[in-house]
Amino acid sequence: MSTGSGQGRFSNVTAQDVVGGLLLLGIAVLILDLIRLVVTGGLPLGRLWAYVWNGIVDSLYIGLAAIGLSMTYSILRFANFSHGDLVTTGAFSGWTAAYLVGGLGVAELSSRLLLRADGGAQPGSVGMDVLSAPLAIVVGLIVAAIITIGVALAIDRLVYKRLRDAGGIPLLIASVGVALALRYLIAFFYTTETRGVVASAPQPEAPGFLPMETINLHEATLVISALTLILGIHLLLQYTKLGKSMRAMSDNKDLALITGIPTERVIFATWVIGSGLAGVAGYLIVLDRGQITINLGWFLLLLIFAAVILGGIGSIYGALAGSLVIGLTINLSLVWIPADMNEIAAFTLMILVLIFKPDGLFGGVETA
Amino acid sequence: MSDDRTTGDGLLDGVRESDLPQWATDLGLIAGIVLATYVGFAVLGLLTGVSVNAIAGFLQTVTFYAAVYALVALALNLHWGYTGLFNIGVAGFMAVGVYTMAILTAAPDGSPAGLGLPIPIGVVGGMIAAALVGFVAALPALRVRADYFAIVTLGLSEIIRLSLLSGALRSFEIGGTEYGTGGGSGIRYTPVDSVIPWLLERPVFGFVGDQLFALGTILGIQPSVIQGALYTGVLIVFVVAFYLLLTRITYSPFGRLLKAIREDELAARSLGKNTDRTKIIVFMVGCGLMGLAGILWQGSRSLVSPDSFMPIVTFYIFVALIVGGEGSNTGSVIGGFAFAAFLWEGPRFIRTIVRTHADVRAPPTIYDAFVALGGGDPLALVGYMIGTLDEIRFILVGVVLILLMIWRPDGLLGHRKEIAAATDLSRRPTATDGGQTGEEAATTGGETDE
Amino acid sequence: MSDVETEPTADAATTTSEDSTEATGSRLDEMPILRVDDLVKRFGGITAIDGASFEVERGTITGLIGPNGAGKSTTFNCITGVHEPSEGSVVFEGTDITSRRTHQIATEGLVRTFQIARELPEMTVLENMMLAPQGQLGESLWRSVAPIARREVVREEEQLRQRAWDTLEFFEIDHLAHDYAGTLSGGQRKLLEMARALLTDPEMMLLDEPMAGVNPSLEKKLLEHVHELQEQGYTFLLVEHDMDVIMNHCEHVIVMHQGQVLAEGPAAEIKSNDEVIEAYLGGEV
Repeated sequence: MSTGSGQGRFSNVTAQDVVGGLLLLGIAVLILDLIRLVVTGGLPLGRLWAYVWNGIVDSLYIGLAAIGLSMTYSILRFANFSHGDLVTTGAFSGWTAAYLVGGLGVAELSSRLLLRADGGAQPGSVGMDVLSAPLAIVVGLIVAAIITIGVALAIDRLVYKRLRDAGGIPLLIASVGVALALRYLIAFFYTTETRGVVASAPQPEAPGFLPMETINLHEATLVISALTLILGIHLLLQYTKLGKSMRAMSDNKDLALITGIPTERVIFATWVIGSGLAGVAGYLIVLDRGQITINLGWFLLLLIFAAVILGGIGSIYGALAGSLVIGLTINLSLVWIPADMNEIAAFTLMILVLIFKPDGLFGGVETA
Repeated sequence: MSDDRTTGDGLLDGVRESDLPQWATDLGLIAGIVLATYVGFAVLGLLTGVSVNAIAGFLQTVTFYAAVYALVALALNLHWGYTGLFNIGVAGFMAVGVYTMAILTAAPDGSPAGLGLPIPIGVVGGMIAAALVGFVAALPALRVRADYFAIVTLGLSEIIRLSLLSGALRSFEIGGTEYGTGGGSGIRYTPVDSVIPWLLERPVFGFVGDQLFALGTILGIQPSVIQGALYTGVLIVFVVAFYLLLTRITYSPFGRLLKAIREDELAARSLGKNTDRTKIIVFMVGCGLMGLAGILWQGSRSLVSPDSFMPIVTFYIFVALIVGGEGSNTGSVIGGFAFAAFLWEGPRFIRTIVRTHADVRAPPTIYDAFVALGGGDPLALVGYMIGTLDEIRFILVGVVLILLMIWRPDGLLGHRKEIAAATDLSRRPTATDGGQTGEEAATTGGETDE
Repeated sequence: MSDVETEPTADAATTTSEDSTEATGSRLDEMPILRVDDLVKRFGGITAIDGASFEVERGTITGLIGPNGAGKSTTFNCITGVHEPSEGSVVFEGTDITSRRTHQIATEGLVRTFQIARELPEMTVLENMMLAPQGQLGESLWRSVAPIARREVVREEEQLRQRAWDTLEFFEIDHLAHDYAGTLSGGQRKLLEMARALLTDPEMMLLDEPMAGVNPSLEKKLLEHVHELQEQGYTFLLVEHDMDVIMNHCEHVIVMHQGQVLAEGPAAEIKSNDEVIEAYLGGEV
């Protein structure tokens, strides 16, 4: 992987080679150590499986959000710091809808409308899980996507559209402003309290061919929804005219303009797909974790960036692969380091990639 | 023919029409804005019946934060405004400064223990540590694009904060003593503002202090406010020092080099300038100053914890700098003050005014506020808004940031011509005086005239 | 112009430093000022330069021509360290500068201008000029800040200011001195870039399409400046599309085609070279 990147100065290439080699060596050592730990019994197989499974779950919701971030980065040409708060928007709007539907006649309107800002409507008593209130959960999922798309389009019209040609840094700064305004607008209505909004997940026994004893149905819902959406995006990109235009634009915006691809329509589609997926991601995270907070997306943002960068900015498949790397990194690293340091590992990986392989771990379309 | 005194389209450029030297007009500008704001708030407060003590306390808080934001904005201006290094990891560098200072000065028998060194050593140590971390961060600056560098610095600042928070560094034993960062609960150490009581025992400062305390008694201002104001005075001294240092840097060949790196690094390199080395130096200097600013900011507290260094802190400083106009040191100071007075503390003053007049109780949720409004009681909604003032303030900061980017990306003073040279460049070596066309210059100018 | 092959210019220096110490019979005097050997540059799978070799004689104005995509600008970038050559070597004044970095090469006395002028837009024309001189004391942070050293910096600045104004007058853009460089016209930017490059005290200047976007009267002036500077001992290598400029103003012409040197020789000879006509002139003239 290292000698292929022959651009830039020799000295840089050597540095890249050295660090790339060290990185590979490090990963190899860790894998060997992992095997050693499993063989010697230092790490029970069940725990390893739990780490891997959690890594996959984490990577799926990170991946859903990363697709949108990668698309806006490559098509609108800026690092969108408000993307995390679109995730939060999806979480709050979706669960409000779920409560409105699922809590009908069980809890008071005030508690349902503001997602228990007053402490009423216990998730357990409302029966907020996939088995007790499947309709509410599905309605919430759809509303999460729709409201988030609406919010993103409104923001684009109000803010980003006026800054289309302003360059990456002014847009980045404006997106920080959007992030702040959006998050605290949510906080103004819903308060800053962290609270549980999902009842504990039903855990039926797993069928024999699966390596676990029970299935967490909320996690399963997350996995199935995310995989379905990812498959849908794949089909859209590969087989529709819109998808091809989008890929063309993320490759080369100027060329796409010349060849007559309608830019604003592609931008519209970018926001619809990107923010819709972000909203769903936020909704599903809450389903999995059970708790909601206004900092949900903001705290996730840097991990999403890490995934996008690892995969190579502009590549949607890269973003998904990057999400898998990040998801596995923050979970598998627990084998060696304490839980409060796993994000440090992920961010360090991100910085190393940005410095030494700015095109991403797998190469990428963006070559600036 | 344009003259550097009159071109530019900054809002406040009119001030420069006068014949005073620039530092004098700038000083006048800053003093004018500060005084006008003081008078404005004081009059507003007195008219609405806020006590003198509350007004004085408010103004002292405004000034404290104005000084803090001015300090960091000046340092950030060196990075971003001058050199174009888009550093959004400011909070991390401040954390390194403060924590180093804390570990150096904390009591040796505390938990976690420190080295018990005197404050000046702690301050210098904190600056050096922040500069060294800046050195590490500057290495990627040499090769990545601006937006990547932004993410690298943000990532680094989060790594620093999470490390300080983590259990692994919480405490470790060296020679039988528990050192460490204290994790989430932080470190207790000697606050910088303990220099105030020490200073009050010195002759001149003590005399001035006594007069101020006496004046405070007459006006009904509590000694704690005066005490705070004295520490704020120390900060203002540092603001002046930062300002002088950075002005010195920016009006010099070194500053010219920084500007050239911002404008077009390849062009600078092609003229034989070692831009890599310059970027590393300037990044380290800026980070050291950020470390110092962090120490002074936390100086009135005796406990430091990682929560003070969330990434959002960096963005406050960006707002301050953008309000003033990146690229201008005077703008950084004005921006820091405007941010502290109007965006940061201003809303709280409104809360003080409302609370002195009406007994507003915040309903638990906005739903209840609207129900009350429906029932003919608007005070409940007012109460809710007063209760969620912190959230509203963040919305305000966000909106201001967006509006600045759309309408005025150069801030108040950002587009002003500040010529980077150690001498006045407008003086002509020959008698010809800048006011002729090229054809005339061709005949009268040139080496033959001399 | 003189025949430089047999008559080295009086100003030729024996060392790379600015002071032109006369040294007779030195081997350096007969050496070409710039020698490019088997230069290869690949970008991924594309070979932009494919084994180009040429020499530039001291004190000449040498033209580098070729159709679009022939590798002229890439050659400039490889010579000046903007790109790292994949293979081959570049020797300037007897020093191998192949793996040197851009700023080190400029310090050696080889400066360049760019196809699209790289003025520093939000700095005034004078600031642009003042940046250029090499080895300024005030470029050290310490000297710029410390009160003791600052006086020396100010004195130096006053001298540099003098030189900057003189050079601006030489290029007849002194009336723009206080304007932001970004507000200048395309031609004025080209002049500024050349004036700025001159202030670095170079031995040799690489000019990338210096006449592009310059109006005819300015172009004439610019060429006059180049000849005047040549008489003072400077060497020029210029990429140019305008055949009249090349044929009338360059003693020596190098023709590149598809990353290789197709032909090399005096302008008149190149004019009648069949291969060149086929590859290049045939299409355009």
